[in-house]
Amino acid sequence: MAEYNTMELMICVASRELEDGASVGVGTGAPCAAVMLAQKTAAPNLLIMFEAGGVSPILPEMPISVGDSRTTWKAIMASGMCEIMETACRGMLDYTFLGGAQIDMYGNLNSTRIGADHQKPKVRLPGSGGANDFGSFAWRMMVMTPQDSKRFVEKCSYVTTPGWISGGDSRTRSGLAPGAGPYKIITNMAVMDFEPSSKRMRIVSINPGYVEKDVHDNCGFELLRAQKISETRAPSDEELRILREEVDPYRYIIGR
Amino acid sequence: MDVLEQGVGRLFTDPDADKARAFFRTKSRKLESKLMTVKDAVGKFAHDGDYLAIGGFGANRIPTAVCHELVRQGRKNMGFAGHTSTHDFQILCAGKIFNRCDIAYIIGLEARGLSPNARRYMESGDVEVCEWSNYSLSARLKAAAMGVSFVPTRNIMGTDTFKFSGAKVIQCPYTGTRYVAMPALFPDISAIHVHEADIYGNCRVRGITVSDLDLARASKRLIITAERIVHNDVIRSEPSYTVIPFYLVDAVCEVPYGSYPGNMYSEYFSDEEHLREWLKAEREPEEFKKFLDTHIYNCNDHFDYLEVNGGFAKMQQLRQKELMLLNNKR
Repeated sequence: MAEYNTMELMICVASRELEDGASVGVGTGAPCAAVMLAQKTAAPNLLIMFEAGGVSPILPEMPISVGDSRTTWKAIMASGMCEIMETACRGMLDYTFLGGAQIDMYGNLNSTRIGADHQKPKVRLPGSGGANDFGSFAWRMMVMTPQDSKRFVEKCSYVTTPGWISGGDSRTRSGLAPGAGPYKIITNMAVMDFEPSSKRMRIVSINPGYVEKDVHDNCGFELLRAQKISETRAPSDEELRILREEVDPYRYIIGR
Repeated sequence: MDVLEQGVGRLFTDPDADKARAFFRTKSRKLESKLMTVKDAVGKFAHDGDYLAIGGFGANRIPTAVCHELVRQGRKNMGFAGHTSTHDFQILCAGKIFNRCDIAYIIGLEARGLSPNARRYMESGDVEVCEWSNYSLSARLKAAAMGVSFVPTRNIMGTDTFKFSGAKVIQCPYTGTRYVAMPALFPDISAIHVHEADIYGNCRVRGITVSDLDLARASKRLIITAERIVHNDVIRSEPSYTVIPFYLVDAVCEVPYGSYPGNMYSEYFSDEEHLREWLKAEREPEEFKKFLDTHIYNCNDHFDYLEVNGGFAKMQQLRQKELMLLNNKR
């Protein structure tokens, strides 16, 4: 089996979730690498949207901003934020990838602050950007993140982007569109989904090189277990070749 | 209409559409030259205490010259729309020009990392904040552009982003669905960088438009900086290309490489090396002071700034990079 690092594994696992013909709202970094890899493997007709207005580019290289010129390189359309977010709100955005400094058992995300005082925060972070919007509208929200108990917390200091809120039907009761919400959480150690009625995070597969105890030990809340927990499929030689040679030749992402 | 829930944030601008109508009634519809320098435009139209918004997307098609000039002229106590803001935010924080901020995205420079100085400023307690998301602010500008006091959206509910916003949740009179009523945002002054404009302010933009078409319409006063001034005949030869018409515009300034060090679609790529210098200089406040002297305070205008950073040779390199003519390793 080929040698690979955990970032490469996470990108390959994430890319396999995207089926051909689906639409995905994406940012920069690892999710963008996953989307580019999907486009060059199983999903050549993936419809890519960037929040700033880029629609369906043929990405020549990794964008450094979700609004830079690469996001409209040989694109179908160069539009704007309302066009993208309204398309998502109408129900035409299948997937999005988001992240944050903290995530809880319902997939709620914090990218705003650490500490309790909002006007004078201990640590101020960028805020929502388009995350809350994509997280509110996309049918299936995914997260790619390293896993540790500082990041996987019982309670976020602040909920920037909605997951399943407080579980059950709380998300729909809040007013957000029914049927949309967190779908898969891909970490360096495992892949999680959400138990359908409680909406709590649960382990579905463990990455090669880790055991289930690692996953529990590096999580600040109790993780549920799927009926059958499998081993996450390792990256294939072909996936790694494309990722290294075509998607991220300068190792901006996979070199981290 | 009943309010079902309400955020705790303060609205920094008045969403009243009738008051906005009264203002827009007085705005000039004369087709007359508005060509002036950035120095004069900022001096004339951007005042202490005004609420400011900046077009583009962070380090893409931003009016850098206006941001620098606001800092150089020492504007204070402004309100700011922290909407998709990255390098523009970094510049404005360097001058501490605002003391209240609507936040959608601030401090970060996307994949480049976080601005240490902007972070210090936002953690100081000197800036009153109200939370939103990028689309929330886009929708607020859209409401203003429509000439109404709110539009319904279906985001931010159930989160702290709503709780710390100035928004309200209402119920649809037709379906009973819950929506956020996003209050109209009418900025006092905005600046947008475009590819081409004529002397009257008729503008053409290539590439993504972000929220700039609504921003131009929502703003009480608008400064346009343009890569190139074109003749009015050019505008009239293809009216379908005009995205911002002259009657929205108060000042037109020709600023070639006006988005530098940001990216300008089909013109030049961002100067990643210089953006890294900014982030590095910000780590040490004393070092940063010197850096600002070199790059802003001791420059008269954007031409000086470009000269300090490599002048025409650098611009040519960034142009070739934008068009993918070179090896693009950053």
